[in-house]
Amino acid sequence: MKDQNRAPVYEALENMRNTKLVPFDVPGHKRGKGNPALTQFLGEKCMSVDVNSTKYLDSLGHPTGIIKEGEEIAAEAFGASHAFFMVGGTTSSIQGMILSSVRKGEKLILPRNVHQSIINALVLSGAIPVYVNPQSSQRLGIALGMSLDDVRDTIKANPDAKAVFVNNPTYYGICSNLRGIVELAHSHGMRVLVDEAHGAHFSFGKGLPLSAMQAGADMSSVSMHKSGGSLTQSSFLLMGEHVNADYVRQIVNLTQTTSASYLLLASLDISRRTLALSGQEIFEKVKGFSQYAREEINAIGDYYAYSDEIINGDSVFDFDATKLSVNTYGLGLAGIEVHDLLHDEYDIQIEFGDLGNFLAYISIGDKTKNLERLIGALAEIRRLYRRGPSAAIRYEYLAPQVALPPQEAFYSPRRSVPLDQSAGEICSEFLMTYPPGIPILAPGERITQDILDYIRSSREAGCVITGPADLEADRINILTGEA
Amino acid sequence: MAFWFMENHTDNVVMSIKVKEQVYSEQSEYQRIDIFESEEFGRVLALDGIINLTEKDEFIYHEMITHVPMAVHPNPEHVLVVGAGDGGALRELGKYQSVQHIDLVEIDAALVAACRKYLPTTAIGYQDERVTVHNRDGLRFLRRLEDVYDLIIVDSTDPAGPGEILFTKEFYGSCYKALKQDGIMVNQHESPFYSYESAAMMRSYRRIRSAFPVLRVYQAHIPSYPSGHWLFGFASKKYDPLKDFDEKRWLAQGIQTRYYNTDLHRGTFCLPTYVRALLESE
Repeated sequence: MKDQNRAPVYEALENMRNTKLVPFDVPGHKRGKGNPALTQFLGEKCMSVDVNSTKYLDSLGHPTGIIKEGEEIAAEAFGASHAFFMVGGTTSSIQGMILSSVRKGEKLILPRNVHQSIINALVLSGAIPVYVNPQSSQRLGIALGMSLDDVRDTIKANPDAKAVFVNNPTYYGICSNLRGIVELAHSHGMRVLVDEAHGAHFSFGKGLPLSAMQAGADMSSVSMHKSGGSLTQSSFLLMGEHVNADYVRQIVNLTQTTSASYLLLASLDISRRTLALSGQEIFEKVKGFSQYAREEINAIGDYYAYSDEIINGDSVFDFDATKLSVNTYGLGLAGIEVHDLLHDEYDIQIEFGDLGNFLAYISIGDKTKNLERLIGALAEIRRLYRRGPSAAIRYEYLAPQVALPPQEAFYSPRRSVPLDQSAGEICSEFLMTYPPGIPILAPGERITQDILDYIRSSREAGCVITGPADLEADRINILTGEA
Repeated sequence: MAFWFMENHTDNVVMSIKVKEQVYSEQSEYQRIDIFESEEFGRVLALDGIINLTEKDEFIYHEMITHVPMAVHPNPEHVLVVGAGDGGALRELGKYQSVQHIDLVEIDAALVAACRKYLPTTAIGYQDERVTVHNRDGLRFLRRLEDVYDLIIVDSTDPAGPGEILFTKEFYGSCYKALKQDGIMVNQHESPFYSYESAAMMRSYRRIRSAFPVLRVYQAHIPSYPSGHWLFGFASKKYDPLKDFDEKRWLAQGIQTRYYNTDLHRGTFCLPTYVRALLESE
């Protein structure tokens, strides 16, 4: 048993600060003294621990000392065999999982409602995506989890796939039957890779959905900087017992900086300690905040703040009750419109809005009075802006038609055509509506008229189209068909 | 030995009062509450180190925030007071026969208890049996109410403390909703003089104006507040504070005041040129 009271990276930095070591190494700002304007902005304490990897402070790429120790304590806290501190965001953890599990030409089974970083990682690895249609809810207008039967069918049809990828949970808080998927995949010799960008708290709270490691998954990418409280860009990559961590380290080192920020590392160390020691009460409180807000928002009328009543035993196997996801169909406003009204009229910033939902991120940093402001503003938005139940655009799942592996398509000769004249062509770049940032098109996929119609209605509702090289997204790159 | 209470009116200006005796001190769930006895101002209530009221000049504030709207509304029966744990506004409202019911919403129960015990000159307002006290968040209390009140008095601390929520657009909108068709809302509108208060004043002005068709600002001189020059906002769905002001009706009620009078009512809406310019710039 490791001592979760320890935080070796943090302790070493405190120790270094107290010894007043004279720096003749990088960074050149020398504990901030060489950059007074930046020090004024960030504070001396912060600058004094922005230091470089040394024999005493260990090295992220080849950890043998305090970082190794910190990673071992973290692994135990998450119930993993190994844990890596990551400083390139959860995107870097995702890349680590995919690049170490599926090689060029090998198949990865994944739901379509993955974050863009997953498909980007496929461009890097050359692997072939096999998409599982995530179930969707017409009432809520969102993609749900994968049904176990769909995963089983996809595995049967693709027995050569190397791994199955799972969101745990989705942005909206929805979990698939992770344990069931793990059993299925393992029985077919496939790994299970889990995106836990929105589930850092699962390992620490009580009565929350199962974490990837608890479910027996092989690897998991955990955004500690979301619900875990660490600094933006810091993340954990977790590994189960059947994963060769040394090999994963080599893969990670291909793209990871050799000048990892100790601010990020210390923030991971300290946040892990906090969650290990008091995560239960912290997330109990967060759940209480969300539950209170849900009850009050539902009492306003027309809004639907959903929770575990949407659990259906399959595509919604579990729900993360710390999330505050609200459907806006009853109001006749798109979620993105509510998002904009909250920002422009009430000085309230929420996480995102899509066509029919918005998500307010609730955390330990919240205060009751701010929740009251959010609820009050939502009541006012209903009073002043409601249009009556919408015949709104409902969420549609547009099954992707993969014509070429993403890597091949991404690097093939391309030409630019007007988006509205691109039906039938093969896309060579990404296109997504933001929010929610789930790909509509990925490199190598056939563009259809249904897809073009969906893009137009999303744009009309206020979503931004991102991805194409043309920032206005009026044009799109397609394959020329020449080798 | 001399004790001096000090309050920063700006980073560069300090107001200081000689303390005779510290009477009460508590860190409540929401704020630090101090009450002390002074030679010059009598008992002083400070919240988070900022003077909220003194026994010597509270009558100015409480009369002005109460009698101005009460002299305009023809028949105010249902009144809500938000904030104001001291009871001063309740004391002034208590002078009116027409009032049938007063809700007081003050989030901090500890403040109400301290004022009842140590500030009898204002806390006497609590003895009125028409008063119901609700220790809840003001916005939460108002959120579900519609078409209930004739008058809402927003007697908040400044926006740095727990009063912050009482300066938001969602709060003013909720007040509008909770008022009847001819309802009036009056608020403590900060001061035009120092930049911190004037910024809060402008924000408040802008937000109230987005919620109410009528908004007029009036002023009073309150010596213990930063710069002494203080403003109030008169917002309403229908009544104009001058055109609908009924002097005879108010005088007929025989209400005793020390600061407010009907001549002053007309003058109080005449603002200095720089204040007008500030408001017009919004």
